[in-house]
Amino acid sequence: MAFFDIPLPVFMGQLLIGLINGAFYAVLSLGLALIFGLLNIVNFAHGALYMVGAFVAFLLLDIAGIGYWPALLLAPVIVGLFGIVIERLLLRPLAELDHLYGLLLTFGLALLLEGAFRHFYGVSGERYAIPDALQGVFNLGFMFLPVYRAWVIVASLIVCIATWLLIEKTRLGATMRAAVENADLVRAFGVNVPLLVTVTYGFGVALAAFAGVLAAPIYSVNPLMGSNIIIVVFAIVVIGGLGSIKGAIVSGFLLGVCEGLTRVFWPEASNIVIFVVMAIVLIVRPAGLFGKAA
Amino acid sequence: MTESLLSVEGLEAWYDESHILHGMNFTVGKGEIVTLLGRNGAGKTTTMRSIMGLVRKRTGSVRFGAVETIGLSANQIARAGIAFCPEERGIFSSLTVKENLMLPPVVAEGGMSVERVYELFPILKARGASQGTKLSGGEQQMLAIARILRTGAHLLLLDEPTEGLAPVIVEQIGQIIEKLKEEGFTILLVEQNFRFAEAVGDRHHIVEHGQVIDSFERHEVEANREKITGYLGV
Ligand SMILES: Nc1ncnc2c1ncn2[C@@H]1O[C@H](COP(=O)(O)OP(=O)(O)O)[C@@H](O)[C@H]1O
Ligand SMILES: [Mg+2]
Repeated sequence: MAFFDIPLPVFMGQLLIGLINGAFYAVLSLGLALIFGLLNIVNFAHGALYMVGAFVAFLLLDIAGIGYWPALLLAPVIVGLFGIVIERLLLRPLAELDHLYGLLLTFGLALLLEGAFRHFYGVSGERYAIPDALQGVFNLGFMFLPVYRAWVIVASLIVCIATWLLIEKTRLGATMRAAVENADLVRAFGVNVPLLVTVTYGFGVALAAFAGVLAAPIYSVNPLMGSNIIIVVFAIVVIGGLGSIKGAIVSGFLLGVCEGLTRVFWPEASNIVIFVVMAIVLIVRPAGLFGKAA
Repeated sequence: MTESLLSVEGLEAWYDESHILHGMNFTVGKGEIVTLLGRNGAGKTTTMRSIMGLVRKRTGSVRFGAVETIGLSANQIARAGIAFCPEERGIFSSLTVKENLMLPPVVAEGGMSVERVYELFPILKARGASQGTKLSGGEQQMLAIARILRTGAHLLLLDEPTEGLAPVIVEQIGQIIEKLKEEGFTILLVEQNFRFAEAVGDRHHIVEHGQVIDSFERHEVEANREKITGYLGV
């Protein structure tokens, strides 16, 4: 069977790669959107923290013999705590200043983290094995689907949906949404908004680390893995609408698939298609697909 | 005057470099409705925001009961039992009516139950699932007042609750404020609408250039009507 002269397995294969990339895009842009909403800064360190998440998983195994499943929880917790320290020590003092300072600080932080890991691990990358339970492939008839890749999609979906439910359906989520709109008034109701900001940064960063652990067995654990992906994720955040939770999740998956399909029909364009979409969205809907017009 | 619940002494406040409040002095007794009157730009809103801790640069003294709040942050002041209904109402568009209502955390025992709030404001129950800002202006004002009644705060700061509302809504809000007084709330009310203020207020302070320049008890209003309208420029 063929589709536009493209063999179905090739088509489905690229669709799948698109979905997997989309899963990473979604989890990363979700964290960025949360952080942007409450702190009003674009967290340039996000890609580096994704990389650190992968490295923490690698080091947990290498040094302490702690495997994939505990690392999936531990690495985000460790990186999230690191994020909390960053917010308290470095970002908080800048909160009163122009947001440009926060952006520059996170950019510098990204360079520092990347530089440090490059110094110790070079750029060739470290392998991280797929856990035993997720070895093997599903035979779908028209193609083989590696179990681990299916798991990545499912795990990302679960995390995205759970986060969305937290934001949209819980009291804490309502408080966060309100603080995004008018932090002063929420404080005047007795909510410790600075604490909420700190926790949100930690949580957003933990999401990046979670994506990093998911990525470790697919891509090698590499100091540059973050900077490779983060520019695309910034474009996706803009497409979804800065600060929009739903926008981040939906555009993450959508653009991953879009990128995969472009690779089928016009491979040369697949690296830029997301930026072309971003340009079009910015012209047609400057606030993004799900953003509220200012 | 009864025992004072809020006492503001020599309160000064700045926005960046501009000096807005130049020593505000007034007190609010327990269970009283006290109004701050004055022209636009006199510093009434700034006074409320300063009491609430939302103006960072402020000096002087604001005592709430036995607590000096001048050095506290907004969330600590709210936790002490002061609730704020801002001039622009502050209804959150990303929250439903119900979420807006339930947003302020309970800070003390003895707040109104949700059932009682719905009794006073039936519209909020009927429209619970709507987006907060889809309500009419009057309904949004009701919501802005309703949500601070649940918290157990004893002192309510209401900044121009009648601004821009139709006369029948203003009347309803007047009745609600009367009811709140009966239930023991203490209210500091900022108003441009003097007829409304004199109907509900026990005492009135005239604010000009960030200071209280004159004050009138309820029974003194009649004799000083011309003077007051002169102050307010109406
Ligand atoms: N955020 C602000 N930054 C700078 N100046 C302000 C700000 N808010 C109010 N002002 C100024 O402070 C003065 C008092 O304003 P305000 O307290 O809002 O007056 P009122 O509520 O009595 O109308 C005005 O001159 C106003 O221009
Ligand atoms: Mg005002």
